[in-house]
Amino acid sequence: MENQSKDINNKLTIVLHSGDYDKIYSALIIGNGALSMGMEASIYFTFWGLNRLIKGKLEKGPLSKMNFLGLGRIMIKRRMKKANVASLETLISDFKELGGKILACDMTIEIMGIEKESLREDLIDEYCAVGAFIRESRESRSTLFI
Amino acid sequence: MATYKLDVQGETCPVPLVEFRKLVKRAESGDIIEIVGTHEASKKEIPMAIEALSLELLELKEENGIWKIKVKI
Repeated sequence: MENQSKDINNKLTIVLHSGDYDKIYSALIIGNGALSMGMEASIYFTFWGLNRLIKGKLEKGPLSKMNFLGLGRIMIKRRMKKANVASLETLISDFKELGGKILACDMTIEIMGIEKESLREDLIDEYCAVGAFIRESRESRSTLFI
Repeated sequence: MATYKLDVQGETCPVPLVEFRKLVKRAESGDIIEIVGTHEASKKEIPMAIEALSLELLELKEENGIWKIKVKI
């Protein structure tokens, strides 16, 4: 049943500027939480965040703290596996299944020299710029910058 | 009217909530969903989602750390 919401402006927008492993988790968990509670959700991938939409890169970000050249990340990954935490792949596919929107920043694609073919275009709903982000944000009850 | 069963024992945040929501999307009005799980916070959060989605909580019980939630769509 598509019971979305009781009221209007029931939307959450997240700017995902960071490409850090742990911060992608925050963005996707919050996004999925919003969708699960009957809100709409959009995530605007920009700068380092957009790198994670390159094929094969979603799970490859460093930790934002205590990365220790990747050792900290390996340790955290091991602990997460033990605690049975869902993978980022699972979370992003759930996000899409629940109707979440993924926006990709055009300017980042240009300045980082990313080929569109190297991006996971199946996940991306729209390539856009700040105007589209503001459109999403003004329709939203809250906007987060991660 | 169909009855769906969802077993999320051993799953942690946000899986129980997300799996519940995915099932709500597939179900039709009048259907029943029975969820069983062990994640402590989800026992509170799933009823919060039920309220936010204007669904009907029929039953919530817990025994030996395993909770069961029954909801009408």
